[in-house]
Amino acid sequence: MNARTKKTLSKFLVNGTLAILVILWLIPTFGVFVSSFRDRFDIQTTGWWKVFPHKEYVVTRTIDPREAGLDPDQPMTIEGITATFEEMRQGITAPDGTRLIWIGNKRIGRIEVQEYTWVLKTNLTLDNYEQVLLGKSFEYKRPDGTVEIIPGDNFSGALFNSLAVTIPSTVIPILIAAFAAYGFAWIDFPGRRLMFIIVVALLVVPLQVALVPILRDYAKIQLNGTFLAIWLAHTGFGLPLAIYLLFNYISSLPREILESAFIDGASHFTVFLRLILPLSVPALASFAIFQFLWVWNDYLVALIFMGGNPDFQVVTMRLANMVGDRGQDWHLLTAGAFVSMMLPLVVFFSLQRYFVRGLMAGSVKG
Amino acid sequence: MVTLPQRAEREKTNPVQTVLIFLGRLLLAFAIPVIAFLILYQGFLFLREGDAPRWVITAVAIIWGVGGIAVLYFIFNWLVEQLPLQWRVRLQPFVFVGPAMAILAWYLALPAVRTFWISLFGRSGPPSVELSLLFTSPQEYFAILSAQFVGLRNYVAVFTDRLMREAFRNNILFWILIATPLTVVTGLLIAVLADRSGFERTAKSIIFMPMAISFVGAGVIWNFVYEVKPVNVEQIGLLNAIVVALGGQPQAWPALTSISPWNNLFLVVIVVWLQAGYAMVLFSAAIKGIPEELLEAARVDGANEIQIFFRIMIPYIMGTIITVTTTLVIFTLKIFDVVWVMTGGQFGTEVIATQFYRQSFVARNAGYGSAIAIVLLIAVIPVMIYNLRQFRRQEAF
Repeated sequence: MNARTKKTLSKFLVNGTLAILVILWLIPTFGVFVSSFRDRFDIQTTGWWKVFPHKEYVVTRTIDPREAGLDPDQPMTIEGITATFEEMRQGITAPDGTRLIWIGNKRIGRIEVQEYTWVLKTNLTLDNYEQVLLGKSFEYKRPDGTVEIIPGDNFSGALFNSLAVTIPSTVIPILIAAFAAYGFAWIDFPGRRLMFIIVVALLVVPLQVALVPILRDYAKIQLNGTFLAIWLAHTGFGLPLAIYLLFNYISSLPREILESAFIDGASHFTVFLRLILPLSVPALASFAIFQFLWVWNDYLVALIFMGGNPDFQVVTMRLANMVGDRGQDWHLLTAGAFVSMMLPLVVFFSLQRYFVRGLMAGSVKG
Repeated sequence: MVTLPQRAEREKTNPVQTVLIFLGRLLLAFAIPVIAFLILYQGFLFLREGDAPRWVITAVAIIWGVGGIAVLYFIFNWLVEQLPLQWRVRLQPFVFVGPAMAILAWYLALPAVRTFWISLFGRSGPPSVELSLLFTSPQEYFAILSAQFVGLRNYVAVFTDRLMREAFRNNILFWILIATPLTVVTGLLIAVLADRSGFERTAKSIIFMPMAISFVGAGVIWNFVYEVKPVNVEQIGLLNAIVVALGGQPQAWPALTSISPWNNLFLVVIVVWLQAGYAMVLFSAAIKGIPEELLEAARVDGANEIQIFFRIMIPYIMGTIITVTTTLVIFTLKIFDVVWVMTGGQFGTEVIATQFYRQSFVARNAGYGSAIAIVLLIAVIPVMIYNLRQFRRQEAF
């Protein structure tokens, strides 16, 4: 093997392996995505991959055995094939590739002539999203003709609650942390070092440690189940990382800029507001995305502080409840899962660069 | 530390002044959070009474909450700036860092201590008893306390209970010893492959994407992959469809107790799928930091790609590998949502955090639940110490 073929081969191996991994990574989400547009009955009875062109038996015509004068108790001859009832029931393949199959019982059954051919089940619909978002009830006809009414699920309320929880839970810690980060980075005061060490130590404290005492405090001041309760909780749990990330950034800003501002007689507050905040936008954005995704996707904190109030359920809770109560209603679960993912995915893909930067800057969080 | 015009002198103060300074600083630290809290709280009570549409109430609440805090900072800073220079220098830093420290104290630092205290008591935690009783009648005070005091008995229970032992086994064996290395290796593999491939950006974005998905959402996605239908019906779950196509029996894989405890691996897969992107991103950046000359020199010396990978790349990015591994260990130590949504901790998949949740909030056994939380805290202390050491090495302070 010469060097060139070796190089081509290794390139092929690298790209091939990576392509397989990428497809593996995509398939689970893709399956749910496709299913969310499929009819409820289709999801329940066939795999989602059936929406792609594939070969299967398709009925071309049916034969009424009584009209054809067949007696199921004896071997029957039809379309040039002779077989017993049991064999018919299993399905018999004729030499030309068509299949004969007896559907139903001996007395009122029928024979289907099927052809093995390419099919495409692109029976796609937006009904699932309508049910999940608007809470509409839908009527389905079962194959046997009876009608089944499936109640929808009101996800739009949960989406709304998630927004109401997430926005302040992202902005408030940024504001408080930016002030603190500036204080630690550019003002000298006694106890500064010790306080920052406390911040670093608190980075990895598991939030489980805080839940019981805070729940008790909240119960005392009747704060449980309100937005304020969960905003403050997320603020508290997000602060150490926020301070740490913003401190790293703010303390690395060139000090000449600040000094010239101070010589011009600016106060700390003005410098912070006019200089530091605008300069720190990349770091603020990094943390904002971090916190946004964290709060939006959080389940535990919401469960504990909002759990008692069904009106204020966020999307993760709504979805988790749906898994528990209606685990077989895949048409709702798949659409609901996608509704819950939409916003974080948009934020993620449009601001990926900042998110990555945030990840690199503070990888150890509690 | 740079010398700024308002740098605090290490001044000599008399005791009265010291106390005053201390009180002033404390006041500032707590004033913003407390006043902000009171205003927000009143606002919420007011909004609750109103019958405006919900989105209006929420919009007002958001503006109120965020704007209110900003305005308070502004007012307090203004107040401090009215003071004589000396006092301004003493107090202004606490306008900046005070509120953050007060919130950290209330939400993380003190709760850790309080949780430990609760863990020394029985089901309902320490009995509520007026602190003033300690001064008027200490004996009675301690009698009330000791009636519920169980010492370290909760901890003994934590380490002997059957479900907790199962949780420790799963956390250590499956989550720390299997899931973490698997995620690191997968992330590293993808980072190396992507670095040499023709579609690096696309590949990295797709592998990274699950990071944006909630654990609950991931639970739905993977429940669908593992979905099982009766034997004679077409399988709609991908895994069982493949198994049946290969001639096997369809199974409810994560709930398959006959292979217990290995059914945990079906949950491990989910976490690898979720977190490999994180590992990949960090490794990818680290690999790009390896100087090209170093790799070239090795190639010139006749090293093959595998030797380069193990002898040069791995040692070079060791720091990143340690960081990623530590982060993942902390993450998997506290793993909760995935297990809770997929199996609810049944079928031998219990973990420490699901036990914590069940004991604290379902069984309402505060003492026992708190002991579990403290065990979690103790488990991360080595990482905390490591972080502090790293921090001390930095020249920032």
